[in-house]
Amino acid sequence: MIIGERKPVKEILQLIGDRKKILVLGCGTCVTVCLSGGEKEAKELASLLRIKKYQASDYTVERQCEPEFIRPLDYRLKEVEAVLSLACGVGVQALADRYPRTPVFPGLNTTFLGMPVEQGRWEERCGGCGQCIVHLFGGTCPVTRCAKSLLNGPCGGSKDGKCEVKPDRDCAWQLIYDRLKLQGRLDALLEIQPPKDWSPSRHGGHRKMIREDMLL
Amino acid sequence: MSWLQQVLEQGIFAVTAEAGPPKGPDIEVIRKKCAQLKGAADAVNITDNQTAIVRMSSFASCLVARECGVEPVMQMVTRDRNRIALQSDFLGACALGIQNILCLTGDHQSLGNHPQAKNVYDIDSIQLLQMFRLMRDEKKFQNGEEMKGEIDVFLGAGENPFADPLEFRALRLAKKFAAGAQFIQTQAVFDLEIFTHWMEEVRKLGLHQKGSILAGVIPVKSAKALRYMKNEVPGVVIPDVLVRRMEKAADPKAEGVQVCVETIEELKKIEGVSGVHIMAIAWESIVPEIVRRSGLYPRPIKSEVTSP
Repeated sequence: MIIGERKPVKEILQLIGDRKKILVLGCGTCVTVCLSGGEKEAKELASLLRIKKYQASDYTVERQCEPEFIRPLDYRLKEVEAVLSLACGVGVQALADRYPRTPVFPGLNTTFLGMPVEQGRWEERCGGCGQCIVHLFGGTCPVTRCAKSLLNGPCGGSKDGKCEVKPDRDCAWQLIYDRLKLQGRLDALLEIQPPKDWSPSRHGGHRKMIREDMLL
Repeated sequence: MSWLQQVLEQGIFAVTAEAGPPKGPDIEVIRKKCAQLKGAADAVNITDNQTAIVRMSSFASCLVARECGVEPVMQMVTRDRNRIALQSDFLGACALGIQNILCLTGDHQSLGNHPQAKNVYDIDSIQLLQMFRLMRDEKKFQNGEEMKGEIDVFLGAGENPFADPLEFRALRLAKKFAAGAQFIQTQAVFDLEIFTHWMEEVRKLGLHQKGSILAGVIPVKSAKALRYMKNEVPGVVIPDVLVRRMEKAADPKAEGVQVCVETIEELKKIEGVSGVHIMAIAWESIVPEIVRRSGLYPRPIKSEVTSP
C-alpha cells in the first residue's frame, strides 16, 4: 500500500494562507489503512480547522486517484476556496487536474510503498523500479531496503544485522543471506549481478502503462 | 580574472567556440581541435558528456586545452554528479586554473548511449550556479559550512529562447542571473524572429545589463544535417525557408557557412547581444573562416586589453 504521513498542522495552516472556505478531503483506500488520511482523520482535521475559525467541511471518497470517484465532488468544490487533500500525491494530482481553477493542497507527505510490520509501524518494501528482481534475493528487495541499493552483497557497514545508515533498520543483506541460507541457495549469491537497467524506473522518465485490449 | 570575462567587460563583442572531448583516451583529438580554434575564439567550451554519450572528462580535457594556449570554459552538468562530487570537482578545477564554468543540467541519459543508467539530478543548473557563487563569494559550501581559500571563476549558464513555454523563457533567464550567472550562451539561433522577440523581452526586464549574453550559432554542412536537427534535436527551431535554402544550394557547405555568417551579422545588430558562441560540431576547422567573414577577426590579444 501507499504510506503517507500527515503534515504538521503549522505547515498545513501556512499552505492554506488566508483562504477561509476549505474542504478537507479524505481518501478511503491506502491512507485510511495506514491511519493518515481516511474519514476519521479528515473529520479530525476539519474540526481542528473550525476551532481555528476556518469554514472547514470534510468529505471522504473511496479513492481520490480515480476520476469516477472524484467526479461526484463537482458541486462541493463550487463552494470552497481550496481543497486540503489527505490522499497520496496521486490523489492530490487527480483532484488538481479535475478542478484546475481551485488550489489543491497536500495534507500528507507521501512517504513510500510499504506494509505494516507491527501495530503502529510501517516499513518500505518496494521502490517501484519497474523491473522486479526480488526473486534473486530470497524475496527481500535490496534496491529498496539497502541504503546503497547494493546488488552484490552487504557493504562494510553491516553490524549485528543492522544498517549503518539507520541503526534501527535491518540490513537488507543480512536478511537476504539468512533467507537463502535457510533455503540452501547461498550459491545464488556468488553470481556477480550486472549493473541494473534503470530505464524502466523513474530514471527513464515519466512512466505509463497501456493495455491495448482494454482501450476503448 | 578569466580572459573571457576581461573581453566582455571591455565591451568587446566576444567569440566563444566549442570542442567536444574524444570517445577514447586520445588527447591528440583535443590538441587538434584547440589548434584549429586558437586565435579565432576568446574561449572554448569543453563539453561534459554532451548528449549523454560517454567521452573523456571535461575537466581533464580543459587542462589539455590550457596547455595548448586555449582558454577553456568547463561545462558541468548535474546529470551525473551530486552536490558532493560537483563541489569537489569545482574546487579541483579552480585550483588548477580553470576560470570559466558553464553550469548546465545536461541532456537526459535516455537520449544517450547508456539509457540504462540512473541519473542524478540532485540539483539543477540554477541551483548549481547558486552553489558555485556561494563557494566563490561567501566561501561557504552548499550546506552553509565555512570553506577556506580564494576562488576566481567566471560563471555562466545556457538558455534556450526557442523552447516552450516561450513567454517564460526571459523570466527563466532572470532566475539564472539572480542565481549567479555572469554570462549566458544560448541555444543555436536559426530563427532570428523568435530570438529578436526574446531579446526584446530580455531588454524589457533589463536583463542584458545583468550579464553578458552570447548568442549560439551552428554552421551546418547540408540540408540533411539541418533537417536532422529540426526533427530530432529537442529545443532547436529551424524555419522551413532555411531548409529550402540549403536544399537548393549548389554547394551546401559554403551555403551553411554563408547562413552562419549572415546570422552573426544580424545578431551583432541586436542590442544586448554581447557575443557569439559558435558550435561547429565536428567542424571546428571552419570557425576561423566564420569569424573572419563576420568581421570579428582578429581577436583581441591579452596585452591589448588592460585588466580592470
